[in-house]
Amino acid sequence: MMVGNRLGAALREERNDRYGPLTEPRLVRWLLIAAAFAFLGFFLIVPLVLVFVKAFEGGWSTYLAALRDPMATAAIRLTLLVAAIAVPANLVFGLAAAWAIAKFRFRGKNLLVTLIDLPFSVSPVVAGMIFVLLFGAQGLLGPWLSAHDVKIIFAVQGIVLATMFVTAPLVARELIPLMQSQGDDEEEAALTLGASGWQTFFRVSLPKVRWGLLYGVVLCNARAMGEFGAVSVVSGHIRGLTNTLPLHVEILYNEYQLAASFAAASLLTLLALVTLALKSMIEWRTSR
Amino acid sequence: MAVVEERGTVLETGSSPLPSPLPPSLQVTARRKGGGRRLPGGSVLPGFGLSLGIALLYLGLIVLIPLSTVLLKTVSLTWAEFLAKVTTPRALAAFRLSFTAAFVAATVNAVFGVIVAWVLERYRFPGRRLVDAMVDLPFALPTAVAGIALASIYAANGWIGQWLAPLGIEVAYTPLGIMVALTFIGLPFVVRTVQPVLRDIDPEVEEAAASLGAGRWTTFFRVLLPDLVPAIATGFVLAFARGLGEYGSVIFIAGNMPMKSEIVPLLIMIQLEQYDYAGATAIALVFLIASFSLLFLINFLAWRRYRRESSEVAS
Repeated sequence: MMVGNRLGAALREERNDRYGPLTEPRLVRWLLIAAAFAFLGFFLIVPLVLVFVKAFEGGWSTYLAALRDPMATAAIRLTLLVAAIAVPANLVFGLAAAWAIAKFRFRGKNLLVTLIDLPFSVSPVVAGMIFVLLFGAQGLLGPWLSAHDVKIIFAVQGIVLATMFVTAPLVARELIPLMQSQGDDEEEAALTLGASGWQTFFRVSLPKVRWGLLYGVVLCNARAMGEFGAVSVVSGHIRGLTNTLPLHVEILYNEYQLAASFAAASLLTLLALVTLALKSMIEWRTSR
Repeated sequence: MAVVEERGTVLETGSSPLPSPLPPSLQVTARRKGGGRRLPGGSVLPGFGLSLGIALLYLGLIVLIPLSTVLLKTVSLTWAEFLAKVTTPRALAAFRLSFTAAFVAATVNAVFGVIVAWVLERYRFPGRRLVDAMVDLPFALPTAVAGIALASIYAANGWIGQWLAPLGIEVAYTPLGIMVALTFIGLPFVVRTVQPVLRDIDPEVEEAAASLGAGRWTTFFRVLLPDLVPAIATGFVLAFARGLGEYGSVIFIAGNMPMKSEIVPLLIMIQLEQYDYAGATAIALVFLIASFSLLFLINFLAWRRYRRESSEVAS
């Protein structure tokens, strides 16, 4: 058995170096790698490079001018504000949902897990539409809201709500399988040793899931800052007031201000690259 | 009460001649508390009520109540009105286009997704980790950015479009452009569902196939592929569902001509802008039913795979 295992390992190691029964001929290998590179190159790398090339076509000064434009800074500020509300809200929700689902047994748990995933299968446009149906001028609560002078649609509140809807599953989704696989021996030990519930949560459970939690928050943040469809429906595109950075990109592009549009887009692309880098770092940390 | 206490002693001595009819949660409760009060959630950990309460409140307020407005709004329509709204020629053309484009894109992703997953898992080459990380780019890149980048690349004067234009291939502002955008959006799904399965396949299976005289080609199609099919199917459905609802990356490259290159999410958007809420909601409801069926299908696929795996372990 030992010999068999060792042989298997040796075969696996040699897979790439030698033409053997467990790998493909060198030509096939190179063709497959080339096909993968071509596919990813056309669909991922070319768009990525294009964003930065177009953003810097007019040089650094135009690039900086595009980002210093008052409308651009207002859009950046609003995007940061929306993320600053939506991400912590989802963090609390994700932790609560994961705690309830991973640590306890109750009726309807599978249904709850499915419902948490629901926003993923709703088109972003529909996600925005439901808030218009609820809070819009002709919506269910519209007359009451306008009587009390509360504005949600075509205002920051609506953008925050739509963003919270779209990003709702992200933190919970990372935490549930992680907490389930870890079990609760450490928590039980902490409670036995006299720790209170909150102490156990903050000093035992939270450190146990910290990398998964960070990953969920990073993904949630990327999505919150980049959401386009849902926000587009509820925002009303009021410049300087309800324009997030992705909407700012759209407006400039439609006005043929391409360099400025791609300059704003380059910020969002940087955000995506940082997200991917953090993700790889977290995966590398947890796999050690 | 007496029964519970008796149960408690039975549990502690562990010599009961009868199998316990109580669920494990209740047995533990009986022993710990002695009073027979069921622990909430069947665990000694605290916070069941609070965490479930927060989760349900948030989910209810942010997701479920807003979503239910689609149903409430469509209920106000009669069946005939509803049918009339969703079967206008423009709506039917949009449905046909959205489903076809999402299907084609998911198929392209299924084929190339398996190749990419295979290359990343089986071969070692410089930059492999970087490529692996890049696969998730469509998840992280805002859709509007993807949209303007793809539209610029495939426009007739764009980096790739200028080489395709002399061949008579127009990508931007045609249905083909929609498929390109949806391929981008759905790219990670099949790769990410196939990768772990490929990693977990026991090399002994391939060794056995090779020692029995199977070539690599036969081994792949007759031995490995059957194991990969459920993962490919899950990835395909996920990519298809994502493509169906996608808006941001498509509208820049689509051209958005009614009847020709107008996808369903755009049609909903236009009807909302024209304050045709009833029309938008009716179409959205059809769309929601389609997506939820797909969600159900994914869960069913996962459940069947889980059941088969556990029955294999048991036998």
